[in-house]
Amino acid sequence: MKKLLGTLLLVSLLISSVAFGAETPKYGGTLIFGRGGDSVGLDPADITDGESTRVTEMIFEGLVGFKGETTDIVPVLATSWTVSKDGKIWTFKLRKGVKFHDGTPFNAEAVKFSFDRQFDKNHPYYKYGKWEYAEFALEPLEKVEIVDDYTVRFTLKYPFSPFLANLAMFSCAIVSPTAVKKYGPDFFKNPVGTGPFKFVEWVPKDKIVLEANTEYWGGRPYLDKLIFRVIPDNSVRWLELQRGTIDAMDGINPDDIPAMKADPNISFYQVPALNICYLAMNTEKKPFDNVLVRKAINHAINKKAIVDAFYRGIGIVAKNPIPPNMMGYNDKVKDYEYDPEKAKQLLAKAGYPNGFETTLWTPPIPRVYIPQPTKVAEAIQADLAKVGIKAKIVTFDWGTYLQKTRNGEHEMAILGWGSDNGDPDNTIYVLLDKDNTKKGVASNIAFYKNDKLHDLLIKAQQTTSIPARKRLYESAQLIIKDDAPWVTIAHTSAVAAARKYVKNFAIPAISAIRFTRVWLDK
Amino acid sequence: MYRYIIRRLLIVIPVIIGVSAVVFFLIRSIPGDPALILLGEHSSEESVEKIRVQLGLDKPKVIQFFYFLYNMARGDLGRSFLTNEIVSLEIYKHFPATLELTLCSMAFGTSVGLLLGVTAATHRNSIIDYVTTVISVAGISMPIFWLGLIAIIIFSIKLHILPISGRLDPTITFKARSGLIILESLIKGNFTVFKDALYHMILPAICLGTIPLASIARMTRSSMLEILSQDFIRTARAKGLPARKVIYIHALRNALIPVVTVIGLQFGSLLGGAVLTETIFAWPGIGRLSVEAINARDYPVIQGCIIFFAIIFVFINLLVDILYAFIDPRIRYD
Amino acid sequence: MKKFFKVFKNKAALAGLLIILFFVFIAIFANLIAPYDPYEQSLYDRLQPPSSRHLFGTDDLGRDILSRIIYGSRISLAIGIISVALALGIGASAGLVSAYYGGIIDTILMRLFDIMLAFPTILLAIAIVAVLGPDLKNAMIAVGIVNIPTFARIVRASALVIKEQEYVMAAYALGQSSFKIIFKHILPNIVGPITVQASLSYGGSILSAAGLGFLGMGAQPPTPEWGAMLSQARSFIISAPWTVTFPGIAIFLSVLGFNILGDGLRDFLDPRLR
Repeated sequence: MKKLLGTLLLVSLLISSVAFGAETPKYGGTLIFGRGGDSVGLDPADITDGESTRVTEMIFEGLVGFKGETTDIVPVLATSWTVSKDGKIWTFKLRKGVKFHDGTPFNAEAVKFSFDRQFDKNHPYYKYGKWEYAEFALEPLEKVEIVDDYTVRFTLKYPFSPFLANLAMFSCAIVSPTAVKKYGPDFFKNPVGTGPFKFVEWVPKDKIVLEANTEYWGGRPYLDKLIFRVIPDNSVRWLELQRGTIDAMDGINPDDIPAMKADPNISFYQVPALNICYLAMNTEKKPFDNVLVRKAINHAINKKAIVDAFYRGIGIVAKNPIPPNMMGYNDKVKDYEYDPEKAKQLLAKAGYPNGFETTLWTPPIPRVYIPQPTKVAEAIQADLAKVGIKAKIVTFDWGTYLQKTRNGEHEMAILGWGSDNGDPDNTIYVLLDKDNTKKGVASNIAFYKNDKLHDLLIKAQQTTSIPARKRLYESAQLIIKDDAPWVTIAHTSAVAAARKYVKNFAIPAISAIRFTRVWLDK
Repeated sequence: MYRYIIRRLLIVIPVIIGVSAVVFFLIRSIPGDPALILLGEHSSEESVEKIRVQLGLDKPKVIQFFYFLYNMARGDLGRSFLTNEIVSLEIYKHFPATLELTLCSMAFGTSVGLLLGVTAATHRNSIIDYVTTVISVAGISMPIFWLGLIAIIIFSIKLHILPISGRLDPTITFKARSGLIILESLIKGNFTVFKDALYHMILPAICLGTIPLASIARMTRSSMLEILSQDFIRTARAKGLPARKVIYIHALRNALIPVVTVIGLQFGSLLGGAVLTETIFAWPGIGRLSVEAINARDYPVIQGCIIFFAIIFVFINLLVDILYAFIDPRIRYD
Repeated sequence: MKKFFKVFKNKAALAGLLIILFFVFIAIFANLIAPYDPYEQSLYDRLQPPSSRHLFGTDDLGRDILSRIIYGSRISLAIGIISVALALGIGASAGLVSAYYGGIIDTILMRLFDIMLAFPTILLAIAIVAVLGPDLKNAMIAVGIVNIPTFARIVRASALVIKEQEYVMAAYALGQSSFKIIFKHILPNIVGPITVQASLSYGGSILSAAGLGFLGMGAQPPTPEWGAMLSQARSFIISAPWTVTFPGIAIFLSVLGFNILGDGLRDFLDPRLR
């Protein structure tokens, strides 16, 4: 046995060395990435959309970041950190010898500046941004202090273990104080960070050009230049990739995927994204206050058929609020199987043998987690009709939709969520805890309240031990499944395609595609 | 005439105030809170409130309107809610691309349209006439995305003779101060850029040009038929003037009035942005800017774009009205 | 009446009329002609190419495209005709009045239309629907309203020329009423451009209404409406081209029908061409 293992090891070593021998990374070249929309801005703390963050993530870095394509937290501009016993004081040691693209040295001063401008209302540069994510990412933060040139201390208002994951988010990236002071309100189009790529040019609605930061502390990237090009139409972008006028792209029509997979010049990439699409039942309204009705609806909907038809290979059926690749996922949870008969029985037991009339709300525009909202709603409507529930489909424009669902005006509503930081707290607590059911601002639009769940979730926020947190979230998922405030519909994957000669290309589970180690074999 | 022009120019002011008032209240009557749209699923109570205050949306609408008028009078249209960019700069960065595209497609549409229209009228009820009708009808009933993609597949993918989309090869860096790449590269003598920009222009200009082409061809035909039957043309013909001269000098000139109107209207609406053409051909123009602004409820940008369009419309229509008098001396303005 | 039918001595006009009658016919008898239920989904038959079972193929929900086009004729014809009629009625009156009276009336009306034209068509339509409430009827009204300035400007331009002609001058000198001059002498002589613009606008209206439907402000899915079918199928243009081709052809044919009928009508109505 030992011998066999040894041989296997040797063989695999040989294979990998051969593989590596054939693929020595080459320096140089320009990669053109095709995407559907332009960036809104390039100030990492003042953006909310993926098209902006994918560019800022190349220019800027945070104290910590995500390891490879996972959600594990690793040091980046910090080298190590310690947490006080009460969980409130976080002390970070900073990396030495790092310089911003404009030559400004990276130090504790820059760290304090980057955070203060986002949450200190008296900071002179506070007025230049909307800091959309500060309320969320820095909510527990009380103050940032400089201990010495390469040590900073964060003091929290209360112990909050997901804070570290928040620091890995795009909005907590460290910016060059010199550049912010120089450009003021125009920093968003003159970004200066410490990252592997430097900003060169931005032609709005057309392209953003970056070039390699040859002084990068982690070693210069292989590419000389990286161009993000906006091509709004999915079909046109795919034609550009086929012709080779762009090297990689995302934003793919599901129906074009088979052709991409068949094309010998194209590599197709797919990874599960950290999101969820759900149908929330308003538990404050009749008949959804009755758990039997909610369970009946769970049995009535044929989720597999819906995901097969409308997610076209980029979705998987969801049984939990968090996706399988997130920490704390409980695979032991048993989903409600598709069974219209059982649904009818449950309805009868709940006092609705002939069903009832209700409304089904659906988003007006496609979102990452639901590519075809109207069609999903139509299919759910048809499934519910089979058990006697007549649901009328309702929709509004996007802003109004969000507003009205937050007000709890709906009966049933489809909505979804993409994780900000990869931590389960950012999905389960936000969407299902009783703390978030305040009318008008509710993110828990099922208005589902369970005290036992609340205790578990708060405990999970205060515990730093990862195994302990996992156990808490696993129990939470059991409670949620049993109370059935939602029908969990689907998790989608992120997809992208590139020419075969683009090497080391990968889609991370969270945040943007990283081009630092990407090289061109041509 | 000069007095007429001056009077028309003065009318710009009330028109712009009218447009400002209409657009200001109209876009605010479209449902959807900009702060909520900006933040999406992730917004919290504090963040929505904070952003509403920062954008000045917490004040009463009437007060917001007077602020807006006051700032506009000082030439300040504000900054975009979405990108934080100065609105006039946003327009300056997107308009030249649309202007260049519009000029090229109008040149195509007008020349081919006039030619088709005149030919159809002089060969009324012949096969040429019918073919012209079919071509021009196809021009308006074919959706741009269909025509554009078919053209891309034929000329760019199969034949490899034209680029697929964009204004310029992305690896080329050319800073055009005017934003008009074709014109400026020609003036600066940069022929590599000139050629590349011209190649990128061909497909979008032809696709977009089919819309004015159709209207111009149909209107020219109709108008020409009218004129060709009139006494002075009959007289000209009876006098034995050559047919070509009668058609192009006497008849066409007289038939131009409704045609010029159509050209003016089409030119105006194309300048307002041919959103679909810009989308298909990844053209960084003002059409995409204004539609994205509408979707994001980016009030300052929508206001800025529409006031800008209004000014352009007033000038185009003034030009058209002056052209009337020029073409038909009997029309006078006093 | 007999005189009216003379218009169809013109073969093209007859062809145009036949095309329109054909569409009207399928609109009326849609439930008898259509081989399938236009709403019936069958996810297994998704995006089938044209075959003997589905002559025009199926769409992304497995619905029969032929049946949807047949039912869609009801909605699309109505959208085109109603919105053009609205725009024509108001626009032409405004244009005539503006040209005939000139002066301050002309200035006010035309500047008003300048304001309207300054708005991108789709934004103006969206705003009107937002005020009236989102449904198909209001979408038709909105599309009609946005087309008013175009008609007004074209009518005004043509009327300006006619107004200066000797016979109108003569009628004016003879002391005929303004009403009579406008309707008896000016209107019949500008029928050409009006008909042309109306038949052109018909197609544009269908496409604009589709744009509104796409934004959730017009015909809602699953309603079969040609323009909406076309725009919803946009992402399948490479993988399943029939989903856009057939609704496109339907729009093209009906626009063509109205255009050649319009040509025939204008020839017939123009006093000098008879």
